[in-house]
Amino acid sequence: MSFFNFPLAPPQASNIAQAYDPVFYALVALSVFFTVIVCAGVILFAIRYKAGTKADRSRPMYENLPLELTWTIIPLLLGLVMFYFGTALFVKIKTPPKNCEQIFVIGKQWMWHIQHSNGVRENNTLHVPVGKPVKLTMISQDVLHAFYIPAFRVQMGVVPGRYTELWFTATQAGEYHLFCNMYCGTQHSEMGGKVVAMDPKDYAEWLSNGGQSVAPMSMEQAGAKIYAKVHCDNCHGAEDTLHAPSLYGIYNKRRIFADGTSLLADDEYLRDSIIRPYDHITAGYGETMPVYQGQLTEEDVLNLVAYIKVLGTPIATTPTSIVNRHSAPTAVSPTNESSALAANAVQANTPDPDATPTRRVGSPAVGAVAAEGRNR
Amino acid sequence: MSAITNTSDHGHDSALHHQFEDIGQQNDSYIVGMWVFLSTEVMFFGALFFIYTLYRWNYQLDFYIAHEHLDVKLGAINTSVLLFSSFTMVMAVQSAQLKRRLHVIGYLLTTIVCACTFLVIKYFEYSSKIADHLYPGAGFATDAHAAFGAHAFEAGKLAVNMNHAQLFYALYFGMTGLHAVHIIAGILVILALIRLWVIRAKSVTLDYIPTEMVGLYWHFVDLVWIFLFPLFYLMPKPH
Amino acid sequence: MSSTVIPSGELGQQAEESNYLNVKHTIASWLLTGDHKRIALLYLVSTSFFFFLGSIAAGLIRYELTSPAGVVLESETYNKVFSSHGILMVFTFLVVAIPAIFGNFLVPLMIGARDLAFPRLNLASWYMYMTGGTLILAGMIFGGVDTGWTFYTPYSSMYSNGQVTMVIIGIFIAGFSTITTGINFVVTIHKMRAPGMTWFRLPLFIWAMYATSLMMILATPVVAITLLLVVYERTFKLPVFSPELGGDPVLFQHLFWFYSHPAVYIMILPAFAIVSELIANFSRKRIFGYHFVAFSSLAIAGLGFLVWGHHMFVSSQSMYESIVFSLISYLVAVPSAIKIFNWMATMYKGNIRLQSPMIYAIAFLMIFTVGGLTGLFLGAAGTDIHLTATYFVVAHFHYVMVGGTMLAFLGGLHYWWPKITGRMFSDGIAKVNAVIVFVGFNLTFFPQFIVGWLGMPRRYHYYYFAPEFQAYHIMSTLGATVLGLGFILPAFYLTMSLFTGPKAGPNPWGAHGLEWETSSPPPTSNFTETPIVMDEVYDFDPVSDHAKDLKDIEERNRRRSEEGYCGSEDDN
Repeated sequence: MSFFNFPLAPPQASNIAQAYDPVFYALVALSVFFTVIVCAGVILFAIRYKAGTKADRSRPMYENLPLELTWTIIPLLLGLVMFYFGTALFVKIKTPPKNCEQIFVIGKQWMWHIQHSNGVRENNTLHVPVGKPVKLTMISQDVLHAFYIPAFRVQMGVVPGRYTELWFTATQAGEYHLFCNMYCGTQHSEMGGKVVAMDPKDYAEWLSNGGQSVAPMSMEQAGAKIYAKVHCDNCHGAEDTLHAPSLYGIYNKRRIFADGTSLLADDEYLRDSIIRPYDHITAGYGETMPVYQGQLTEEDVLNLVAYIKVLGTPIATTPTSIVNRHSAPTAVSPTNESSALAANAVQANTPDPDATPTRRVGSPAVGAVAAEGRNR
Repeated sequence: MSAITNTSDHGHDSALHHQFEDIGQQNDSYIVGMWVFLSTEVMFFGALFFIYTLYRWNYQLDFYIAHEHLDVKLGAINTSVLLFSSFTMVMAVQSAQLKRRLHVIGYLLTTIVCACTFLVIKYFEYSSKIADHLYPGAGFATDAHAAFGAHAFEAGKLAVNMNHAQLFYALYFGMTGLHAVHIIAGILVILALIRLWVIRAKSVTLDYIPTEMVGLYWHFVDLVWIFLFPLFYLMPKPH
Repeated sequence: MSSTVIPSGELGQQAEESNYLNVKHTIASWLLTGDHKRIALLYLVSTSFFFFLGSIAAGLIRYELTSPAGVVLESETYNKVFSSHGILMVFTFLVVAIPAIFGNFLVPLMIGARDLAFPRLNLASWYMYMTGGTLILAGMIFGGVDTGWTFYTPYSSMYSNGQVTMVIIGIFIAGFSTITTGINFVVTIHKMRAPGMTWFRLPLFIWAMYATSLMMILATPVVAITLLLVVYERTFKLPVFSPELGGDPVLFQHLFWFYSHPAVYIMILPAFAIVSELIANFSRKRIFGYHFVAFSSLAIAGLGFLVWGHHMFVSSQSMYESIVFSLISYLVAVPSAIKIFNWMATMYKGNIRLQSPMIYAIAFLMIFTVGGLTGLFLGAAGTDIHLTATYFVVAHFHYVMVGGTMLAFLGGLHYWWPKITGRMFSDGIAKVNAVIVFVGFNLTFFPQFIVGWLGMPRRYHYYYFAPEFQAYHIMSTLGATVLGLGFILPAFYLTMSLFTGPKAGPNPWGAHGLEWETSSPPPTSNFTETPIVMDEVYDFDPVSDHAKDLKDIEERNRRRSEEGYCGSEDDN
């Protein structure tokens, strides 16, 4: 695939990229112009004045002040013009507007740790809203790094011991490369990830969902969804039916089986009964339940078990608010993007030992986390 | 200069290296070479002075408090010792011009004595810093009170940033150490020069240029100290 | 060749009997020689060795990058390989090669001196170079370094494992070798010119070498002390550049680039030196705008000291600092442009011999133009933001360093080979090789401009997350294979010429300059009598030269029609 893939320009996805590209292409034009002049001139002269050819060599010139001044002043002026545009662009890149959304970035060997202003954290992925200026305040915890988003044409060093800044306004939703572009040791090339530019509405939702695109659910809620999805409720209803016993209040009850043995209905038992139901057939029922081994992920089963435990109680129907849980810092290398994301999702529900318990607004966040790093 | 070199052209042959046309060219080359070498040395120390200036600018108070441990008296004595050695070096060069061999040897020996005195005093200075754990690295100034005295404290709390004080001493040892290396190199070069005078080697007795080259080097080393002394020892209290 | 009066002495016959190569044959006579020509050869052998090692590292890098997830190396090894490539190429080849080989050989010859001012210092500088080089190699063998050739702190001083200390001390010692070489050149050029060799009769080679020497003398000590401080910090955990202890990591970059940007000109000015000689001599025409070309070298040397900050636009230096550095960077582009236009103007109305050294010079002109112009992208602070530290930068400096310095090096090697060895090589093969190098070079490095513009960072081992870069990397690796061939071939046909090449004679190219007045190879003392220079430099007359050419061609055609054609070496 990629053998025949010759992209000629990176995506243009920020206001800075829009200002950048004209300057870049102007320089390309200037370079092509002079390259053609020099190459054509050299080749032409080499052919025309090759020894032995009949060419006018009379009155050779060795010094010519006007000519020298011409090719001193014209490149100088062209250079100054390009310097002007380059500098204007540079000043734009270096001057963030006042109303920026502020996001904090910590670089450490070899990951990016990003914290949004409401405390939502993420690693190696930066979510930003489209159409709103974003300012990154960055610091390194160890060596030099550089935060580089080619599609936005922005890059800035991330230095230990001082904050550096970077700003842009994303103009197109999408996913773009994020690189560390200052050599920082063994896994330098893997210190990166992606920038996800989102519609401002999606971004706001993502942010209020604690860094997830859909509102996060409690395990019980997730379990309820699965319960409905795989149609457990077709057989396991509020009352025992012909096909299946009710699961309401089953947790921690002793179950009598067809072979006369019995077990306490603990987590282990519930899991077993979902994935291998025929190991323990409850007395009075047949082998009618489908085997879910391989059909459900362990995560699904965990959620399902959690739901079964509360079946029939008020919790099962009340939505729980768990906004502002933190995604834990994961040291997952992006060897496999999708599995890394999955791992992130799993850990979204586990307590984060590193996490700051409350929302943070304003700059202390970065300093606090940097201080954490020093204490390690 | 040329008057002296031209008086005894015939005797120069053994001192003239094959690549030169005449002794004048050789002498000119030596002197130009020495100056060019010294310009390299200026850049060498220049980088260090630049670093020093930057950090002193950034950490004025810490540097000031750290510097108070340095002994101005010893530094001043060392300065005068080196200045005096420069004087004896000038006299040695003049004696070489006048071809007074024993004078040259005498002045050069005095210069070496001064240089050694300088190093001995430096040794005592270094020892007192080391005794107070003021050498940078782990365990720097573990006992801040002993090292900096009471005025390093403000209301019972340490008023000096130990990292910055350590930076001061890192630069102190680095720069005076490099200077000391130059002094030692100078002593060796002067010893070699004395030997040449003692054995009446034509390369030095016939004209004074080799002696002047050593002199140039020695003055440069002194000059570096002239900058080091006020920078490290004589610091005004920052406001 | 009537520019010079050689007062007396039957130069030709005497040289037949004794030259600098055959005067003595013992190993000691080489290792303890004071002869600048022998020292130049010692440098030729040793720098070629280090270039060979650096090229192997380059080959490994290119091979590894053909696949987005690497081919054979671990990331740690890859990092050591690219660091080795940079360190060997910069510190043991590019900075040293042209001055120490061609400068050493030619400065005394071109100005009519018997040797450099300080022959023993010259030999000592080779030993320093070898000591430094050996330490660098030892460091790479026993542990390696993974800091890149830039040794940025605090990574190099506090975090990197490996033999950083040993390699830095090696570079420190090798640095003193370039300083002493520079001192030698400055003194020699100032004080040892032959009678009549005024400053403005100096070949442009000498002017550029003089500017180079000034930069070596004034810039190298700064990087020496800076690297020493890295060792100081690393060994004793002293705070100099490490922010944890109050140091400033960006200060290192300032000091490092204060040397390393001039070092870029230390690498390219000698290439200008060679190209000026080639263009003038093979165009059979006095160089156009001699004074402008000469002073542009000095202007580059002067301004070159004031532009180091353009390496640091994203390093957190202040915005205004960046703007000033950007402006001066644009100013320093002008002298280079002046040189290019003057070289072109020299070719105009010339009487151009398209022999192999001239082919290299023409290739240099084209490639260096691209290298210089892409510098404008990086000198403008705004556009540099996106491109800095990407493959665009890699391509840019390889266009200047490989396409510039290396092509000029090859051109110079072919041009002075008959002078150095006394033998001619096959010009036909050499021309073919020049084309191979040109094609291979462009195929290797042009794709890197594009992939850098797409955002591929330099020093990346993996790019599996961005497979769109792969096609360009494969092109680049293909080109590198061709380029490698172009570097290996000369080693063979030049070595062959030592045994089978025809005797060159004093001036096989019909060139101008004192070095062509003496025999090939020159006698140990260069000239039997000190030459007295009467004429201007590059004193060609294209018109009469052309007339003579026509007569030669007529003569040759007549001979051919009589004897039947059977090709000849200088059939141009």
